[in-house]
Amino acid sequence: MPWFEFLLPYDFSPLTVAAYLGALILYGLALPRLPEAERPGPWRITAFLVGLLACYAVMQTRFDYYAQYTFFIHRGQHLILHHVGPFLIALSNPLPVLRFWRDRLPSRGLRLAAPLSGIYRILQQPAVAAVLFVGLIYFWLWPAVHFDAMLNRQLYWTMNWSMLLDGLLFWWLMLDPRTPARGRTLGHGTRILMMALVALPQLVLGAVIVFAHESLYDIYDVCGRAWPIAPRTDQLLGGLLTWIPPAMMSIIGILLMLKRIMNDGRPQQKQADLAHSSNGGMAS
Amino acid sequence: MSASRHTTTLAAFLLGLAMLLSGCSGEKPHWNGKDISGVMPDLEFELRSVQGDTVTPGDSAGQVRILFFGYTSCPDVCPTTLAYLHQVLEKMPAEARQDVTALFISVDPKRDTPERLGSYVSYFDSHIVGLTGSEDRLRKLAKRYRTTFGYGDADNDGNYAVSHSSAIYVFDGKGRIRLLLKQDMPQQQAAEDLTRLARQDLS
Repeated sequence: MPWFEFLLPYDFSPLTVAAYLGALILYGLALPRLPEAERPGPWRITAFLVGLLACYAVMQTRFDYYAQYTFFIHRGQHLILHHVGPFLIALSNPLPVLRFWRDRLPSRGLRLAAPLSGIYRILQQPAVAAVLFVGLIYFWLWPAVHFDAMLNRQLYWTMNWSMLLDGLLFWWLMLDPRTPARGRTLGHGTRILMMALVALPQLVLGAVIVFAHESLYDIYDVCGRAWPIAPRTDQLLGGLLTWIPPAMMSIIGILLMLKRIMNDGRPQQKQADLAHSSNGGMAS
Repeated sequence: MSASRHTTTLAAFLLGLAMLLSGCSGEKPHWNGKDISGVMPDLEFELRSVQGDTVTPGDSAGQVRILFFGYTSCPDVCPTTLAYLHQVLEKMPAEARQDVTALFISVDPKRDTPERLGSYVSYFDSHIVGLTGSEDRLRKLAKRYRTTFGYGDADNDGNYAVSHSSAIYVFDGKGRIRLLLKQDMPQQQAAEDLTRLARQDLS
């Protein structure tokens, strides 16, 4: 197979390609038009692009083929879609770009978006967000559900998109740079608690998969594996990918929050932080 | 946003979720195997028979088609599947058995010559037809049914393992996908499903 074929989608989804292209174009158009003070620096732009590209790569390159037919690569795919990619995108703080486009939306569009913002607010309740984040992982890894998702193309796409969207929601809630002092975002303590809480059930699930004696996901036997890897090894590696890296993402998030709390404590920093947040990251 | 609108949105969301979930357990005829009607596209392929002829689903139109993948050097899964299917076919009433064609698709065209494939398949059951084709054609067919196959590294004697699907796909007389059978299902139950499907096609 020529190398460039590895960059082509295995299962081409026009909607997915359009969504990624759209995000990229909207971001690229907004950047030079943002006022100097709000424009993200090179690190933030890099974080956004790497996050976006990673998610695209696991959905629309040859990677997706291996993810469909090898359990541990499928786990790697969800690690990117639910954790790493959205984490980087949230870390890049795309708020100025979002605000830029919101201000250009016709007022009718804003009215149409009203029910969406209601749903958004419900989903971003701490309890709902945490349950949804862990619940989705458990739901799609429920053996019977997992079987159907891998067999049914539509369900497969629903699974991957739901992971990506939920990842964006959750990590944005966790990493939102707006200061909680103004009462519109979660307190740093709540965020730390949530990240620790969602790590626990993931640790349990990963361990259950790693130490399972029997084959939990027979869909990979039923549908065939991408290469003759031992089913036991496949499941073990997949379990490890469910177990360790997601917990590490929680810890990185917690460390970032601790850093913010420590910075908040410094009086000379406080003013600067407030000044920064009021021109850098604030919505309405 | 007022509290009542919150409640309405939440209720609508939950209702939608409930409808989505109940959709999975609707009132459908009970099959022993997994009903996958509509989940995959209709039967379509162009492969080579052991006599070297081109075979398409049209050749067995009107028959219940059973499709499964394997290769003749297969150490475990394929012989078990073939023996299993032989037993299942034996358990069917003779008249229904006449309306079933089992297609064993070799995904190892490099080693599986028509002669080799022919003698291998006929050893298990005279109702089972061996088919193969170019790797490209086989990949297309596999992808169509959301399965795949892959080759391991060859040892010193040139032997290599092949990973492939262990599923048994069942299509009705019109070539529509109907059931997915697994070998851990009792033979009698698989025979019942196939018999029912064969008779359904007639009526």
